[in-house]
Amino acid sequence: MLVEEITMTEKKPSKNINFMLAGVGGQGTILASDILAELGVRLGYEAKKAEIHGMSQRGGSVTSYVRWGEQVFSPIIGKGEVDFLVAFEKLEALRYLDHLRPGGIVLVNDQAIEPITVKAGDVKYPEDALVRSTLASAAGAVHWVDGQEITESVGNPKTANVAILGALSALLDTPESEWLEAIKAHAPAKHIAINEKAFRAGREAVK
Amino acid sequence: MKRLLSGNEAVAHGAWEAGVTVASAYPGTPSTEILEHLARFPGVYAEWAPNEKVALDAAIGAAYAGRRALASMKHVGLNVAADAFFYAAMTGAEAGLVVISADDPSMHSSQNEQDNRQFAKFARVPCLEPADSQEAKDLTVAAFDLSEQFDTPVLLRLTTRLCHTSTLVEVGTRCDQPPRSEKYPRNPAKYVMIPANARRRHPVIEQRILELAEFAETYEHNRIEMRSASLGIITAGVAYQYAREVFPQASVLKLGMVYPLPKRMIADFASRVERLIVLEELDPFIEEQVRLMGIEMYQPENLTLYPNTKTIFPLIGELDPASVCAAGIKAGLLPVAPPPAPPTGGEATISLPARPPVLCAGCPHRSTLYILHKIGLPINGDIGCYTLGVIPPLNAIDTCGCMGASIGVAHGAAVADDSERHFAVLGDSTFFHTGIPALLNVAYNRSNVITIIMDNRITGMTGHQENPGTGRTLQQKETVQIELEPLVRALGIQRVATVDALDVESIEKTLKAWLKEEGPAVLITRRACALLPEERKEWLPLKVIEEKCNGCTICFRIGCPAILKSEKMDAKYDRPLAEIDVSMCTGCEICAQVCPRDAILFRSQMAELYCART
Repeated sequence: MLVEEITMTEKKPSKNINFMLAGVGGQGTILASDILAELGVRLGYEAKKAEIHGMSQRGGSVTSYVRWGEQVFSPIIGKGEVDFLVAFEKLEALRYLDHLRPGGIVLVNDQAIEPITVKAGDVKYPEDALVRSTLASAAGAVHWVDGQEITESVGNPKTANVAILGALSALLDTPESEWLEAIKAHAPAKHIAINEKAFRAGREAVK
Repeated sequence: MKRLLSGNEAVAHGAWEAGVTVASAYPGTPSTEILEHLARFPGVYAEWAPNEKVALDAAIGAAYAGRRALASMKHVGLNVAADAFFYAAMTGAEAGLVVISADDPSMHSSQNEQDNRQFAKFARVPCLEPADSQEAKDLTVAAFDLSEQFDTPVLLRLTTRLCHTSTLVEVGTRCDQPPRSEKYPRNPAKYVMIPANARRRHPVIEQRILELAEFAETYEHNRIEMRSASLGIITAGVAYQYAREVFPQASVLKLGMVYPLPKRMIADFASRVERLIVLEELDPFIEEQVRLMGIEMYQPENLTLYPNTKTIFPLIGELDPASVCAAGIKAGLLPVAPPPAPPTGGEATISLPARPPVLCAGCPHRSTLYILHKIGLPINGDIGCYTLGVIPPLNAIDTCGCMGASIGVAHGAAVADDSERHFAVLGDSTFFHTGIPALLNVAYNRSNVITIIMDNRITGMTGHQENPGTGRTLQQKETVQIELEPLVRALGIQRVATVDALDVESIEKTLKAWLKEEGPAVLITRRACALLPEERKEWLPLKVIEEKCNGCTICFRIGCPAILKSEKMDAKYDRPLAEIDVSMCTGCEICAQVCPRDAILFRSQMAELYCART
């Protein structure tokens, strides 16, 4: 029998850093969370990344969790425990706001993608003023990034996810070189240069 | 070197390191990526089989031939493969045989949340369950060893959270396994399960499970972690992570082998702690057995003990730290938390528009579902993207149970003399999976079912896997392309037609004509999935001519996410005009075909428009 005697004095694992990424199918939410988890490992943390796919191609809501820490147990982050809510779409920021811890930070792409329920005219997309005031009242800080503008300046509409990560990198005070290595490890080879460009533009956008 | 790997990637890596030679599977969320990854390793033969039973037979066959082999599937796939699973439990094999079941607590993409640990007990097969990717790799290797040591298939049970969570893994190198038998075994007493032999094998497998239970007492993947003695938790799989997160000071008996259980180890652990609980996902699989061992468990006074359910933790759905914590508080295991702060955002204050998955813009299934809804007869559906046709405005699926059920369920209604004619709707891959015998039954017993095979040239829902109709194998070898129409005719169906799935008029005309005729019929609606790389190159967004549109709403009824209600209103009827979202529209022309006012331009007209401009 294998018995690990662990004494009561074992120190409680130091606090994890919890990220939740939320977007719409096709926005690159999963790739962004791969990069973020990879970065955590590069920074010397234990990292876990959890996602649910299946419906992601079909315009559904897509979320993933990334946790960094000395020791990370649960792959799922509970409501009220997210330190950084990274939303690639405004409505998705609102949808998962209840996951944010008091004083947590929201980074949101200033883009609206209407769900089918809105397109069908059944319900209205929330007014922008309401989106902004709700986010502001719930979060310790809200950072808005115009991902679409950045991707237009960069010249590739698919790089908004990496541009938002650029913005996150500025908020986290992490070395750019580590981010670029993490991006290199996950972005398709032929798109690395353009992703680096989008990353830098995003990083500048919140400075 | 440590790398971040998903549970599925880690299983593939483990199988490769263990020297697996043959791997067979049918795609199914959350298991699909196991074979997709394994297929890329050298020295491994990996294939998509038409269904899970065929896959498991293939793995068993390879293991009989002395090569390490595996079959992987989602939980419900093991129902399909159960027949093979049970005979393999009886015979054992010459080399390691591992059956991988990826269960789906909370049914993220499944029709039920059955707990397949029950299959292990049912078939007298040992079951291993990892708690993270490192264990997923290690236990895959261990499963092959265990299989050979005890001459038994081994069930490796995963869950969605394990499959799709990435954690650090120390990866290794391959340990090649030469065939374990020189020559194919001629051992009928072991491999021919006629009743006389089966009767001799049954005591063998009952004895084997007793020996495995003894082995489990000292198995390296079962371990006790002693911390505080006030609470002891028996746990396994991802639930271990929640145990450590929510009860950091508790002692834990972590089981890597969840069947059979180590009775003395559990009794020993129980004797060291004041309160003993079991934390597991879904069924009270361990809990029930521990109770049967006569070991006393913590029973909160305020909670009722029912014989066949769990006392403390939820029976239904995936666990998470919040649900485990809430249950712990209710059971008096954790201090009562302060009342939660008033909600500051989210759905509590604003009602948010839902974002359900929908049939993609350009989906070739849309036209058929639209016509079927218009016809209004019962539609027996199946497992695949087209199940999304249940959502308004298409409302085109009346039943959906499991793979291949559409045809059989429609046939049942037909032979029961249901007053309405039934349509059965299924995709190409689902037809290959289990639709073929059901259609054979329709042909043989001459029922009035009209079957529609929506042939989008790929296995769509699970993310574009090859199948017998695509002309390519999992390992990207060119192969014979199975044609549906000759196959359907060979099954005995005489009334068969193949039409372009985007040709709304042909679909409607054919089905309406067939409704006037008696007897079985099969319509094959053929068009590649709009998301395939080759199809994406052909995308061309269409356009609504505002002057012609009067907001009649017919194009809204096809349920296409690329058609919007414009803010502009029709002057006469005061209703919104249609508008096309050019960022989504692929130019499938279904909307243009259904528009009664020719207000939506076809591709050819769009080309003219561009030419006129330049």
